[in-house]
Amino acid sequence: MTETVARSAWQRLRGFTALKMYPYLVRGFSLAATLVIWELYGRTVDPIFLSYPTAICQAVPEMLQRGELQAAVVASLTELFVGLTLAISLGTFIGLLMGRYRTIDYLLDFQISALYSTPNVALIPLIILWFGLDFKAKVFIIFLAGFFPIIVNTYAGVRNVGRSVVDVALVEGASEAQIFTKIVVPAALPFIMTGIRLAMGRAIVGMVVAEMFTAADGLGGAVVAYGNAFATAKLFVIIIALAILGITLTEAVKMLERYTAPWKETERAS
Amino acid sequence: MLEIKALNKSFQDVSGKSARTLRVLQDVNLSVPKNQFVCLLGTSGCGKTTLLRTVAGLSYADSGTISLEGKLVEGPGPDRSMVFQSYGLLPWRTVMGNVEFGLEVRGIRKVARRAACQKYIDRVGLSGFEYHYPHQISGGMQQRTALARAFSKEPKILLMDEPFAAVDAQTREKLQEELLMIWNTMQTTVLFVTHSVDEAIYLSDRVIVMGARPGRIVADIATGLPRPRTDSDVKTLARFDELRRVVRRALDDGTRQRIQ
Repeated sequence: MTETVARSAWQRLRGFTALKMYPYLVRGFSLAATLVIWELYGRTVDPIFLSYPTAICQAVPEMLQRGELQAAVVASLTELFVGLTLAISLGTFIGLLMGRYRTIDYLLDFQISALYSTPNVALIPLIILWFGLDFKAKVFIIFLAGFFPIIVNTYAGVRNVGRSVVDVALVEGASEAQIFTKIVVPAALPFIMTGIRLAMGRAIVGMVVAEMFTAADGLGGAVVAYGNAFATAKLFVIIIALAILGITLTEAVKMLERYTAPWKETERAS
Repeated sequence: MLEIKALNKSFQDVSGKSARTLRVLQDVNLSVPKNQFVCLLGTSGCGKTTLLRTVAGLSYADSGTISLEGKLVEGPGPDRSMVFQSYGLLPWRTVMGNVEFGLEVRGIRKVARRAACQKYIDRVGLSGFEYHYPHQISGGMQQRTALARAFSKEPKILLMDEPFAAVDAQTREKLQEELLMIWNTMQTTVLFVTHSVDEAIYLSDRVIVMGARPGRIVADIATGLPRPRTDSDVKTLARFDELRRVVRRALDDGTRQRIQ
């Protein structure tokens, strides 16, 4: 009798956890286990080769106090913002024109796919010759990283605009300029947003590489500096900051994607 | 009055080994008096949609003329409205945004066009849904949005290209009934393309049966059914069965000639 009552309570609990809490429980357990193993193993290793969670946490207030972390984040975000703004505005513009007008497509498609497939890192020595080692060079490297995915996605978005919505506009008597601004741009917007999301990831990589290979500053510069100084705990702080930056910005663009194209929600789900 | 005279159109088919000329429309003559509801009925590939698109000004004929109330059709114009397959609503625009699109591209001021469009939104029974997006409303309301957009231009003719092709049978009957109700209050000429015999008879005053390869008119049948109609009363009439037989035979003749 008591046994059956106890079992049903257990089953109810299991039913509840399976329904709502299960994924969080497993994730939480996995994360905790990782941290514990890291901490225990980290303490047995020379701190030059590997740091451990509590040491990394202790490094944060020190870096904040000396202003190192803030300075690195501000420098990196400024470069990223300027580079991405340029990449988004120019990339969207060229992608829209290439998607809509055959001649512009044929004029540029070869060069763009060639540059898209070239690893950006290979261009860095050249960029340093052109733009020096400072802000301009970094912005240009970030721009280059984000520019092509935006062009390619915008182009695909325009090519994907249905014949029927263009027909709607034609029947209503819309001019080519009106079709472009009132049909092609909004119809391609979900693709453009996807392009921006992909560009964001590549731009962050570009940013770190640029900061490492030109005049070291920002988060990438901090990676080099702490690495050379064998300040491994601080190095981990920067790595974690980069991870948080990447996740935050990508999620922000995802939210913007949903906001700008709510009608795509059903398509995205399927 | 819509007047189509000696319309011919062919496409070059280059998919095969040698280029072939496909006659899509051959000597099409048709005149539709004001406020008549006419269905273009035919199997796929008979040129019925091409004919409709040519009337809309989205497609051009090789020879022949189309005129609407004495004015020659030479491209899209505000005297003709079109409702597309699956309605052709713009998903990024609200109901109001869709309805006002035609007036917007013609440069009519926001206040004026909103007032004009509100009238049609009210008349199709969409008041209160002005700022909903198409994906947030039912199929019936989407059709009403498309109709409000079509009527907002106050066209002389309404062109409909298989608007119900993608819906299930029950919904389809509801939408047909709704279309007739709204048409009743608006009174305009309608040219409606369909491949469904029942839909053509049920909706129209006149069924134009088209045959394929070459696309041409093979029969012109006046339905003579009473209005207003509802699905349940009209389809039980003996006249409806008779029309069904006549229209089917015309459709079969059109296709049989192609096989020979």
